[in-house]
Amino acid sequence: MSGGDRLFIELRSDPGELLPLRRRIQEWSQERGWSEQQISEIVLALDEALTNVIRHGYGGATDGRIELTLEQIDGPADEAGLEIRVRDFGRQTDPDRICGRSLDDIRPGGLGVHIIRSMTSSTEYGRAPGGGMLLVMRKLKTHVAVRDNSGAGA
Amino acid sequence: MSDDAQALHVETRTVNSQPVVTICGDVDLRSAPQLRRQLLSAPRTGDGSLLVDLSGVEYMDSSGVGTLVYVKREVEDRKGKVILIGLQPRVRSVLEITRLDKFFNIVDSTDEVAGK
Repeated sequence: MSGGDRLFIELRSDPGELLPLRRRIQEWSQERGWSEQQISEIVLALDEALTNVIRHGYGGATDGRIELTLEQIDGPADEAGLEIRVRDFGRQTDPDRICGRSLDDIRPGGLGVHIIRSMTSSTEYGRAPGGGMLLVMRKLKTHVAVRDNSGAGA
Repeated sequence: MSDDAQALHVETRTVNSQPVVTICGDVDLRSAPQLRRQLLSAPRTGDGSLLVDLSGVEYMDSSGVGTLVYVKREVEDRKGKVILIGLQPRVRSVLEITRLDKFFNIVDSTDEVAGK
């Protein structure tokens, strides 16, 4: 597996950054041949990741720094795709405690992690050296979001 | 991008003698608080229900979904219902992914509201 072209973006933890960022990522992904459905999944995963950083990493403060890296990964069909790294410098948390709540427990909030995991092939949270958190999401070219139909549902 | 460009456009129109709140724009962390405020203060039908036309919303994240859950609870506390109208495929998909598509009353158009 080898890395292809990269996009690096630095942004503030300001919710107003989300809409222009979504448009930029949509355009960048379109230029690299992702399907419309996959692009909407990439954009949603990234939006949810940033929303979590703004809410939880920075507690709603709008001047926190966030570094975002997208990198096209070349390789055979089962390896080619996109790697998205979201690095913040906010509050650290135990990666093992980052989990979505049960979907049977219907209430506002707590859905972001579930959505991120549905939209991506793999998701890894870790404490970043020097403070903050690093989220690495990968989406294979062959991946489309899966609906979880298990359980009683709503 | 200016604040105005990111604001949701919300208006109430009357369809079949019922107030329908029409939302246009993306619903995300920035705009969800505005959506919550405007839905909670929007006119209701005679039986206290809230009709929300989302056909102008092409993008909604978990902030928007959480807002809809909150508003639905509030309306139901007053014995009303929330009916979501005309969901775009991406918005419907987010509700399906979170298994909330069965939690909400969803119809394709205002013509289908009667009897819901």
